Amino acid sequence: MSIAPHDPSPIDAHTGTATTGHEWDGIRELNTPLPRWWLYMLYASIVWAFGYMIVYPAVPLVSSYTKGLFGWSARRAVAEELAALTAQRAPMVNALAAASLTEIEKDPKLLSFARAQGKAAFGDNCAPCHGAGGGGAKAFPNLNDDDWLWAGTLEDISATLTHGIRSADPQARVGNMPAFGADGLLKPAEVSAVADYARSLSGLAVDAKADLKTGAKVFEENCAACHGPEGKGIQEIGAPNLTDQIWLYGSDKATVVEGINKGRGGVMPNWGGRLDAGTIKALAVYVHTLGGSGG
Amino acid sequence: MSVKQQQAKEVALEAAGAEGPLYSSRTKIYPQSVHGKFRRIKWAILILTLGIYYILPFIRWDRGPNAPAQAVLVDLEHHRFYFFFIEIWPQEVYYLTGLLILAAMALFLMNAVAGRVWCGYLCPQTVWTDLFYAVERLIEGDRRERMQKAQKGWTLETFAQALIKHWAWLMIAWWTGGAWVLYFADAPTLVYNLATFQGPAMAYIWIAILTFMTYFFAGFMREQVCTYMCPWPRIQAALTDEYALNVTYRYDRGEPRGSVKKNAALLASGSPAGDCVDCNQCVVVCPTGVDIREGLQIDCIQCGLCIDACDNVMTKVGKPTGLIAYDTDINVKLREAGKPPLAARILRPRTILYAAIIGVVGGIMAFTLATRMDSGISVMHDRNPLFTRLSDGSIRNAYTIRIANKQTDPRRFEVRVDDYEPTQVEAIGAEKGPNGWPVLTVGPDQTLESRVFVTRPRPAAGKGNDDHDRHDLTFSLGDLVTGETVKAKDHFMMP
Repeated sequence: MSIAPHDPSPIDAHTGTATTGHEWDGIRELNTPLPRWWLYMLYASIVWAFGYMIVYPAVPLVSSYTKGLFGWSARRAVAEELAALTAQRAPMVNALAAASLTEIEKDPKLLSFARAQGKAAFGDNCAPCHGAGGGGAKAFPNLNDDDWLWAGTLEDISATLTHGIRSADPQARVGNMPAFGADGLLKPAEVSAVADYARSLSGLAVDAKADLKTGAKVFEENCAACHGPEGKGIQEIGAPNLTDQIWLYGSDKATVVEGINKGRGGVMPNWGGRLDAGTIKALAVYVHTLGGSGG
Repeated sequence: MSVKQQQAKEVALEAAGAEGPLYSSRTKIYPQSVHGKFRRIKWAILILTLGIYYILPFIRWDRGPNAPAQAVLVDLEHHRFYFFFIEIWPQEVYYLTGLLILAAMALFLMNAVAGRVWCGYLCPQTVWTDLFYAVERLIEGDRRERMQKAQKGWTLETFAQALIKHWAWLMIAWWTGGAWVLYFADAPTLVYNLATFQGPAMAYIWIAILTFMTYFFAGFMREQVCTYMCPWPRIQAALTDEYALNVTYRYDRGEPRGSVKKNAALLASGSPAGDCVDCNQCVVVCPTGVDIREGLQIDCIQCGLCIDACDNVMTKVGKPTGLIAYDTDINVKLREAGKPPLAARILRPRTILYAAIIGVVGGIMAFTLATRMDSGISVMHDRNPLFTRLSDGSIRNAYTIRIANKQTDPRRFEVRVDDYEPTQVEAIGAEKGPNGWPVLTVGPDQTLESRVFVTRPRPAAGKGNDDHDRHDLTFSLGDLVTGETVKAKDHFMMP
């Protein structure tokens, strides 16, 4: 049953409900009024909005903005949350600072806290050179393996972290690989021979024509003082073990020759002044448990 | 006069102009008390559901020394949900999905069988509103008295009664909020702490919110929640079919309606007369203020109280009951056509489908709950570096593993790699186990993260970088006492 077009009656005959009076092509809209409280909710929302504008920062001004009644700011809220987090972590942080490195590794709770904290600090400070998981890169040691230039005990790692290597710290670890070629200490043929000899120490295949005899002689006279007579290295002065399978710069002959010619000396910053003692402890434990200790 | 009639009248009065009113004020409803079968069912459900709600947090359930002893507990702080013998961890939240599917299907099934059973009997809004009406009736009297008092305005008596009524409402509302927070902490402890003003601020805030909501929704909003705010009436109207039982006025029997005298006279003169004596009882008892004789409508929550009211009147005037009764649309049409009505068909394709979905989903949930392990292992291979070459040339891969112990005692697990003979398996924080595998101890109802190293001998010369770079391996986590084993697949990467 439809309404006849242009019917002046505003009541819909079929439902008995009033219409709004609006008409589109003979179709009229039934008027189902909204409850009045719904309208009041709209008014209440408007009032709320004004209240909100007064209480919270709201209106942008030329060089500032309205600060609100209580001066709330998102920046301060974050600072407060961070402070609360620090306070919440304080007991564990204090326990970490009080415990020795060995104690930390023996206590499951401290170990897991130190590893979590160390992982975060590693990502912030160490990952740019050593990689996100400490995998290392050319010239930047892989911290997961069992080969350590400056020894890999907890205390050694902690000392390296604190004072750095060839850093500005007076207690920094310093070792020196001379530039044998560049400084004219060795002739190019001697460099080539000793490079072949060094590569052979770790079982790498060398050229059949390589003069290993000369190489051994050159090694004994120039290199054994730091790298040891058998080439096993001396960790106290950061001289690498040449007999293992790990090559910081690469094991091909050109790279080894380059190292002998120009010398090597990577730098690790001293974190002692920049990170607090607890963070350095956490980092030492984290790096130690990356696997360098052999599990 | 029903809400609809009232509104229609209001609208009609204002509609003299070109445009009708855009807003309408609420017509206050004064439902009259009624006795009968459906009222008794509603009382029983009210007592049962509210009883469960208020008492459940206090039921104890022994889970051993390292777990809470509350039967139903949502432990937000420790991320656990306890329901009697079931404990749910956050990663098992899919059980909640299952529950939601079950709830939806149960609602659809109820609707397919008997319309808005949920609205009329089970919905918290209905139950609490019903309770608030009962309190109102107890203090201020039945419909007639309340209407008179409302008309008379404030006197000392009405004021005192209103004061008592609102106080009683607030007490109920407060208990509602109070019971709510008990589901989130150890109930007896929390009650003691709340009573001695040492409870957590969050508990007081939630009690206040729920007290206000209950008081406001059951005391003031009432049927408007169903009419204007709830989506279910809209969805329900789209889901229902002509075979669903609904509270229905049999207008083929009732019309033309008229007073007893008038209809008796009509009958005497040989004209047709219906059974409806137009006593308006079905309207005055209705908690949403509708007139069921206008047929199915969105405001009707189908609580059945009009059936009770009508049956009482029919019995009094000596006519058969059931003028208003649960009936199907198809029968309404059959009766209109003068044909005999059909018996209610509960077993229909859609009810069978809903029941089947409930059965399947419930069955899957029960099966997974019954067969799930008390321990779990997840393994993640290191991404940087993918492998580590050790100084002797052997290759080591590192994995971060997380072990879950879902029992309430500490357990010792050995971490094995059975299917890929490695040289060595080690784990951070582990001890050497009896079988040579690393053994990790996981605390009660906890997880433990560790780092596992798997080492393989130096690869033979000339191999690598082709088909030898990636091998499958499986980690097995074995409980040293029970032998329960869970597995996780991963890979071993070679240069």
